[in-house]
Amino acid sequence: MAYNLKENLMQGDRLSGGHRFCAGCGSPIAIRTILRALNPEDQAVICSATGCAEVSTFIYPYTAWKDSFIHNAFENAGATMSGVETAYRALKKRGKIDETYKFIAFGGDGGTYDIGFQSLSGAMERGHDMVYVCYDNEAYMNTGIQRSSSTPMFADTTTTPQGKVIPGKQQNKKDLTKIMVAHGIPYVAQSTFISNFKDLSEKAHKAIYTPGAAFLNVMAPCPRGWRYPSEKMMEVTKAAVETCVWPLYEVIEGKYTINYRPKDKRPVEEYLKMQGRFAHMFKPGNEWMIETVQKHIDAKWEDLQNLAEIK
Amino acid sequence: MAIRERLSGNEAIAFAMKQINPDVMGAFPITPSTEIPQYFAAYVDNGQVDTEFIAVESEHSAMSTCIGAQAAGARAVSATSSCGLCYMTEMLYIAASDRLPITLAVSCRALSGPININNDHSDAMGVRDAGWIMLFAETNQEAYDNFLQAMRIGEAVNLPVMICQDGFITSHAIENIDLVEDDKVKEFVGEWHPEHYLLKKGESMSMGAYATPVYYMETKRNQAQAMIDAKDVIKKVGAEFGKMTGRSYGLIEKYMMDDAEEAIIIIGSSAGTAKEAINELRAQGKKVGMIKIRSFHPFPTEEIVDALKNVKAFATMDKDDSFNGHCGPMHAEVSAALMAAREFGPLGINYIYGLGGRDVKVESIEKVFAELEKIAATGELGETYRYLEVRE
Amino acid sequence: MMSKYEKNTAPDVKWQDITLAADVFEGGTSAAIETGDWRTIKPVIDWDKCKQCLLCAPVCPDMSIPVLADGKRGDFDYFFCKGCGICANACPFGAITMVK
Repeated sequence: MAYNLKENLMQGDRLSGGHRFCAGCGSPIAIRTILRALNPEDQAVICSATGCAEVSTFIYPYTAWKDSFIHNAFENAGATMSGVETAYRALKKRGKIDETYKFIAFGGDGGTYDIGFQSLSGAMERGHDMVYVCYDNEAYMNTGIQRSSSTPMFADTTTTPQGKVIPGKQQNKKDLTKIMVAHGIPYVAQSTFISNFKDLSEKAHKAIYTPGAAFLNVMAPCPRGWRYPSEKMMEVTKAAVETCVWPLYEVIEGKYTINYRPKDKRPVEEYLKMQGRFAHMFKPGNEWMIETVQKHIDAKWEDLQNLAEIK
Repeated sequence: MAIRERLSGNEAIAFAMKQINPDVMGAFPITPSTEIPQYFAAYVDNGQVDTEFIAVESEHSAMSTCIGAQAAGARAVSATSSCGLCYMTEMLYIAASDRLPITLAVSCRALSGPININNDHSDAMGVRDAGWIMLFAETNQEAYDNFLQAMRIGEAVNLPVMICQDGFITSHAIENIDLVEDDKVKEFVGEWHPEHYLLKKGESMSMGAYATPVYYMETKRNQAQAMIDAKDVIKKVGAEFGKMTGRSYGLIEKYMMDDAEEAIIIIGSSAGTAKEAINELRAQGKKVGMIKIRSFHPFPTEEIVDALKNVKAFATMDKDDSFNGHCGPMHAEVSAALMAAREFGPLGINYIYGLGGRDVKVESIEKVFAELEKIAATGELGETYRYLEVRE
Repeated sequence: MMSKYEKNTAPDVKWQDITLAADVFEGGTSAAIETGDWRTIKPVIDWDKCKQCLLCAPVCPDMSIPVLADGKRGDFDYFFCKGCGICANACPFGAITMVK
């Protein structure tokens, strides 16, 4: 059935207002979109790793989740959801559950790329019928903007401050999406918030309803940590996609498909200049930093296009 | 009619799990508990149970999957030892605070470092504050019996239960065992019917809240009460088990304590060695006895105080050191129990023994009683923090 | 809206009465929290300019743009709206303005 924004919105949201996410936060935008991809008649159990999403959605006794929800710890959303999913299969097999449940785990880049990596890898490798969604805001935002392996090169964070000697993070962003592809799971995709949210909604629906393990990497900008005015959310995500910093692509049964190729690929500085965490790169004498990033983004974009060529 | 078999402690636990046929097992191998998930995996793959087995990638994930599964409404079990138990410590606290009656078999082994695969109690004792009910077995029979009782105990108070036995000493040694018939086990263990669970029809549930200082303490006090209430449950279930099998269980076992003047307090397989020593000393006319702790948590305060009332000198035998400069974990708890009861009569000392699988001989226990005899005669405690059978 | 568990989750609840494990046995109880009192500016819609394209609705982090049974967006739900301004920037027709 073709995506229709109106119909999608008319389903209503399975995330409630009254949560404590910052004004303009990307995480609840991702979460509500993904939850709307569930068929309304299906039940769901949601798991969240400790992080922005967890502390903002469940401060006792207020829960923003309308479905059943479990938070366990920081590093084990993958394993915790594996346990819930397995219990579902066990109880269903024994005739104790008659409804259809879907399982969606959410983790920030901290709880996914770093401390949660082992648990995520195990869950994906074992092929549990679940979706793991990373709302990627490129640093440990909940604890105050410390670097993660997802933080891009030169970004100013509280543990990679742009200083007199070392100008921000010294490593490139880890490519977790490709690592997930290497797990051989049936569905992997990268997405963010574009236009009428067709990209994220369709990918979420595919991820949820493809049997087996699925992984969604969703760029979810953080106005606080990235230092841009909160109202510019959609401009930031658009720039990320148009500069190929964050390409929109899917990998279905190992086959790469790029969902959007910018007709007019923009230079990375259009993306970088929107954000205070990259401001130091624009100081005179630092042009080499922008060039370094441009080279890296170009190489990765080239690499992705080659992968999409493979039949 | 009981079934007579010859099983190792690990086999016995796996067999108990088979008879219970839990919904989910999430387990990771570590010496010396490895055989438990191995035996169980064979049961699964041969269709002898229909448990869903998750071969997780770490012990932390083992307990994470058990928490997810139990929260979802399923009975979840696991097994581990030593560093594995240590690695899942964060999860143990959460299993208890989430009030999930998960059952975990522990084949006790020394914690690193140095790395050592032999028995002592540093792993179990290391997690004693996590909030789990902790039952210890002297023999394979007790390990089996304890595991069969575990779910009934945990589910009555909504607390997870740890069933401990000595790694290699009982986990790998084959003993004669009386097994309970399958149908009797099913009837005794029954089914779990939680009031709230993630997969409950018509109800949404959120677990794992952030609790501000306004709520955290009340949650913990509620949890603390469950451990207090567990004492009566353990006794009740132990008595019911006794009716079914002829083997009754309580919080402790007393051996020749009625007129004992010197006594030791001990946990695990070394209690068997101690019984030998006591028999030999009794034959020499010495009035000696032993208190074996089965339920370490909840701690059997009244039972221990009562058993020690007329004892002149006692030694708490700790197979773990707290490295606090003055005593091991069991001695600290025994001392607190005596203090609370204002029972200042018995003179108590502490022995750290058997660390890293150091052999515990009958002669070693007799040495302890010789020291206690001196203390009883002179009223002089001497050093209270002692190491047994260390070369010095 | 009285929750069945109001007594067991109130800030003065005794330890004997608090919900087991500090679990919550209902969904969406955060709906009681008026996050609208966070904002310093608020969105206002000009219905003349609004073409009902609905591009504003999915960008709201706080579910403050309702889409009604007739498929049209309604006025802002100011109970939750934190005044982030994403909707105002997302509107292609300038139908939303942020005001103090």
